Amino acid sequence: MLRTSSKICRSALSRSYATAASPHALVFLEHRAGVIDSGSLSALTAAGQLGGKVSALVVGSSEHVQGVVDQAKKFKGVTSVLHASSPQYAEPLPETLSPLLEKLLADNAFTHVVGATSSSAKSLLPRVSARLDAPTVSDVTSLEHDAATGSTTFTRPIYAGNAVSTVRAPGSLPVKFFTVRGTAFAPAPASEADAAEVKAVDPVEVANPTTVHVKTTIAKSDRPDLGVASRVVSGGRALKSAETFEKTLYPLADALGAAVGASRAAVDAGYADNSLQVGQTGKVVAPELYMAIGISGAIQHLAGMKDSKLIVAVNKDPDAPIFQVADVGLVADLFEVVPELTEKLKK
Amino acid sequence: MRPSAIRLLNILVPVKRSVDYAVKIRVNPQQTGIDTNVKHSMNPFDEIAVEEAAILRQKHKDAVKTIKAITIGPSKSVDTLRTALAMGADSAIHVEIPESQPSPEPLAVAKTLRAVIERQNSAAASDADKIDLVILGKQAIDDDLGVTGQMLAGLLGWSQATFASKVDVDIAKNEVLVVREIDGGGEEIRCKLPMVITTDLRLNVPRYATLPNIMKAKKKPVEKLSPSDLGVDYTPQLETLKVTEPPTRVGGGKVSNVDELLAKLKEAGIQAA
Repeated sequence: MLRTSSKICRSALSRSYATAASPHALVFLEHRAGVIDSGSLSALTAAGQLGGKVSALVVGSSEHVQGVVDQAKKFKGVTSVLHASSPQYAEPLPETLSPLLEKLLADNAFTHVVGATSSSAKSLLPRVSARLDAPTVSDVTSLEHDAATGSTTFTRPIYAGNAVSTVRAPGSLPVKFFTVRGTAFAPAPASEADAAEVKAVDPVEVANPTTVHVKTTIAKSDRPDLGVASRVVSGGRALKSAETFEKTLYPLADALGAAVGASRAAVDAGYADNSLQVGQTGKVVAPELYMAIGISGAIQHLAGMKDSKLIVAVNKDPDAPIFQVADVGLVADLFEVVPELTEKLKK
Repeated sequence: MRPSAIRLLNILVPVKRSVDYAVKIRVNPQQTGIDTNVKHSMNPFDEIAVEEAAILRQKHKDAVKTIKAITIGPSKSVDTLRTALAMGADSAIHVEIPESQPSPEPLAVAKTLRAVIERQNSAAASDADKIDLVILGKQAIDDDLGVTGQMLAGLLGWSQATFASKVDVDIAKNEVLVVREIDGGGEEIRCKLPMVITTDLRLNVPRYATLPNIMKAKKKPVEKLSPSDLGVDYTPQLETLKVTEPPTRVGGGKVSNVDELLAKLKEAGIQAA
C-alpha cells in the first residue's frame, strides 16, 4: 500500500518534470517606418530552431503597425503576431517599451525573448531581462534547446571573435533572453501559409517618460544595406580623405552592386559615416565578397568580417595582417589598381 | 521638483580590467577560457567613460561634485582604478574577488552597482550627495556582452542612453541631451537625471595620465569592499561549457596584378552587377 502510493507520487513528479514548458519564443520584430529589419528575420529563424511556438511582437505608431503585422504573419515559423500601437512607441525607447514587455512576459508563458543584435534590441532586452532577474546572452551564433530539461545552449563569439564560448542557460531560468547575430542565421522566408494568429495587445502607457526622442538622422544611401549586402567594399585610412574615399571606392562598389563599409580609422578620420564601420564595435558582416581596400586588418576589424566567403585585400604593405585572412591579396597602390579594377570590371 | 540651484552631479564610473585590446589571445588547452597571463589594461570603452566624466567637470566646474570610479575584480584591478584616479576620478571603490574566481556576470555587476548607489544615496544628507549619473563603457572587449549599463538602468528604473557619441548636460534643467549611434545613423534623445549612459568610441579621445597625476592618484582614497558587504551573490546564472578557438582562416595567397585578381573573382563567380 505504502509502496504503491510512493510510486504514484514519483511518477507524478517525473511527469511534471518531463512536460517542462515546451518552448515559446517572443521575437522583438523591428521595423523602420513599416519596413521590417533583416536582422529580425534572422531572429525569427533562430527562434524557430528552439522547436516550439514563435510569437512576433510588433510595436510602433498606428500608421505602421498594421502593415508590418500583415507581413509578419506570413513568415515561416511564426505562429502568432502580437501588436501594440501607441504614439509613445513611434520610436523604440527602452524606457517606454520595457513596461510593455514586462507585462507580456507576466501574462504569458514565454520561455525565450529573442531580438536581433541591433542597436535597439541591444538597448531593450538587457533592461527587461534585469528586471526579471535573468541574463541576456548577446550576439548568439548558434543554439540548441533541450526540451527535456528546458535548457538552451548557445554559442557566441568573445574577445572580438578570437574565441567561441559555449554557454548553457539552465531550465531553472524561466525566461531566456538572447540577441542573434544576423549573419549566422538565414532570414526567415515568407510563406504562402497565413495561419498565424494575430492579436492586439494594449499598450502600457508611461506617464511622464524620463526619456524623450528628439530626432533621428539616418545616413541616406542608394547602395545596399551594409548588414545584409552580398558584396561589401570597405576602405581604410589609406584612402586619405573623405573625397578620395568617395572617388575611389564608390565607383568600384557601384560596379559590383556592393555596399560600402569602412574601418574605424577611416570613420574616425571622417572619411565615412560611423554607421558604415565594420568590426567588433561596428557592424558584423559576412557577405559573399568582402573587398578590404587600404585596410591593415587589425583584430577589431577582422572581428566584423572574417566570416565573409571570399575576402579580397588590396594593400601597399605586403606584411599587413589582412593578407593572413584574404583569399586573394594584391600588394599595390590602391589609387592605381582600384580604378583599373573598376574599369576592367565594367567591360 | 528639486530646487535647481543646489543641483550637483555625483558621477559613478564603473571600469573593468580586461585583456589589452592589442593582445592576440589564446584559448587554453583545457578549453575553460583563455590564457590570461598577458598584458591587461582598462577596457577601452571605460577609458572613454572616465574621460567623459572628467570633461563634464571641466565644463561644469564645481557643479560636478564627485567622480567615483568602481571596479570588481582581483587585487590587480586596483591598477585600473589608479588609472581612473590619475585621469580625473576623485575616489574609488574596489570590490575584491579572489584571483581564481571568474569575473561576475553583467547582472551581478549591475546589482553590485545598484547596491553601491543605494548605499550612498540612502546615506546622503541631501540630494547634492546622491549619485545621479553613471557612465559605463558600451561593452567590455573580453566578453563582448554589452548589457551591464542597460541592466543597471532597468534595476534602478532610471533613464538610459546607450552608445552615446555626444553628451550635453544641462544641470539647471536636470536634463541630458545625448546623441546615440544607432544602426544606419544617429539618434538624439533627451533624458532626465538620474540616468545611465554607455559610451561609444566616438564620444571622446581619452587623455593620457600625466606623471604628476599618476603620483597624485596614489594618494586618492580607494575603499575596499567585498561582494558580501553589498549583499550580492556572484554565482553565475549561465554555465560556460567550453571556450574554443574559432575556425581558422588561411589566406589564399597573393596575385601580382589586377588581371589575375579579376580572374580569381571570375573563378568565384563574381561579376559586375
